Amino acid sequence: MASLNESRIVELEQIARQLRIDSLKMIHRRKAGHPGGSLSLAEIVAVLYFSELRIDPERPEWPERDRLILSKGHAAAILYAALARRGFFPAEDLNRWGELDCHLQGHPDRLKTPGVEMTTGLLGHGIAIGAGLALAGRLKGLNYRVFVVLGDGECQAGVIWEGAMTASKYHLANLVAILDYNDVQLDGPVHEIMPMEPIASKWLAFNWAVLEADGHNIRQIHEALEAAENIHDRPTIIVARTTKGKGVSFMENEAYWHGVAPNDAQFLQALAELGEAV
Amino acid sequence: MGIMSIREAYGRALAAYGAENPEVVVLDADTSSSTLSHFFAEAFPDRFFNVGIAEPCLVDVAVGLALGGKIPFANAFAALISLRAAEQVRTSVCYGRTNVKLAAGYAGLSDFKDGPTHNAIMDLAVMRAMPEMTVIVPADAVETSKWVKVVAEYDGPVYLRLSRAAAQSIHDEGLRVEIGKGLTLRPGTDVCLIATGSMVGRTMEAAEGLAREGIEARVLEIHTLKPLDRDLVIQAAEETGALVTAEEHSVIGGLAGAVSEAPLERVGLRDTFGRTGLDAEALMDFYGLGVEDIIKAGKRVLERKTTRNVDRVRPA
Repeated sequence: MASLNESRIVELEQIARQLRIDSLKMIHRRKAGHPGGSLSLAEIVAVLYFSELRIDPERPEWPERDRLILSKGHAAAILYAALARRGFFPAEDLNRWGELDCHLQGHPDRLKTPGVEMTTGLLGHGIAIGAGLALAGRLKGLNYRVFVVLGDGECQAGVIWEGAMTASKYHLANLVAILDYNDVQLDGPVHEIMPMEPIASKWLAFNWAVLEADGHNIRQIHEALEAAENIHDRPTIIVARTTKGKGVSFMENEAYWHGVAPNDAQFLQALAELGEAV
Repeated sequence: MGIMSIREAYGRALAAYGAENPEVVVLDADTSSSTLSHFFAEAFPDRFFNVGIAEPCLVDVAVGLALGGKIPFANAFAALISLRAAEQVRTSVCYGRTNVKLAAGYAGLSDFKDGPTHNAIMDLAVMRAMPEMTVIVPADAVETSKWVKVVAEYDGPVYLRLSRAAAQSIHDEGLRVEIGKGLTLRPGTDVCLIATGSMVGRTMEAAEGLAREGIEARVLEIHTLKPLDRDLVIQAAEETGALVTAEEHSVIGGLAGAVSEAPLERVGLRDTFGRTGLDAEALMDFYGLGVEDIIKAGKRVLERKTTRNVDRVRPA
């Protein structure tokens, strides 16, 4: 993978900004969704869908495509925004998210929405499913990679660690997890609800390679993904430090904005902060 | 009496089918010497994955393998697949409709030595309630071995319920099984005994006992609890007017539940998952839970009552 030049970085930053705006518009229109955890993922999703993943919207079933499982399925808004802008379905569909006859469900549904690799929403599934999918790739002799986007609160679920053991037992180097480490969950700060530190040591102890990155820094995310590609004997997790609600001052680091839609005034302020003309 | 146990018939058939179909992979949760998936493991070590004592992980890893185009048989004790891993089965296997085969061993009371912790007496109730799931319970060793290929070649989630024990031999090698197609094992018009799994042999014996008292009992084997062979059951109800169900499971929610639901006018979700909507009331209407739906059901059941033939008019 080539390194990113400055203009490409600026481009991906603009995409991240656009995905934030899309997500907020979708959540505001629907009066439902999860703004905090969507905003914290913007740069990660931008790098993955617009730089890293080998995918082809014209061939969503292409056997050799890379797979991304959004284990933290609550962040459906930003996934849908990325898939639409990447060309998997018309961007107008985003305006109909949640309507009874719209394919876009509250949480990702692989059977309804093109580009969604796995149905998620209840937390904890991504690592074990990703491990199985990585095993299948090896068995079939396909060199696709499996990316799993995890939440930090989600790592409180035991099955995450069951899956982590399985992935390292089978040396699944074609599996890469990205941890959206924003330290906020529904009920409050992760470090208060159920402390996850030392998170990097936990994954190391499960025989994963652990890389760290600023999850809002395009270059660092890209470099970590590049480094993961050069690890050949074990799965990799990128612990990406992020800010929940990133980019909207009043949402940042506030558990309240985990799953609440902004009202009209809040929405306009959020757009203004993101530099979007109303 | 049959000599081979259900589990051994399954384990050997799985290993044999593994040679025929390279897409089949097998997983276990540290019970391969109990479920007898180890026959497959020995024959195809590269296609066997032991995830340790972690049934939710077992199911989700199988889901991933299915997403990648393999045909995974996930083996564990029925009590654990149906209860500890129930959410994985619901969300990742059924709602995600992934091609996972759940081979649920030690079902019913068959793990008599370990007792209630290891018994599975409500697994059929749980699995039958899952939209998209096919639920199969073989009656003997021959039938068990026949199901392996059929289940593997069916595209969709299957719960294959397997006893640890030997069951009375019912079928010969010429048996052909078909998903959703019940078997009439004995003719009779006085009463109909409907059995599944290990209770089929016992029910055949019971029918002979009744015959000695001059009562001719029809015996149906319902190996597929879901989708139920509704026509066969309704026909038996019409022709005999007297039904008994027999299963190695709670009387709540398994075969008894399936049979007794068949003629009932039911308003509810029609074995489907919900979807996202803009409000709960509209969503309920969308799924046929409206006031009008209850009124229509009331009229239908009244019509059936007045025609004094509960089975002539069948619910949609």
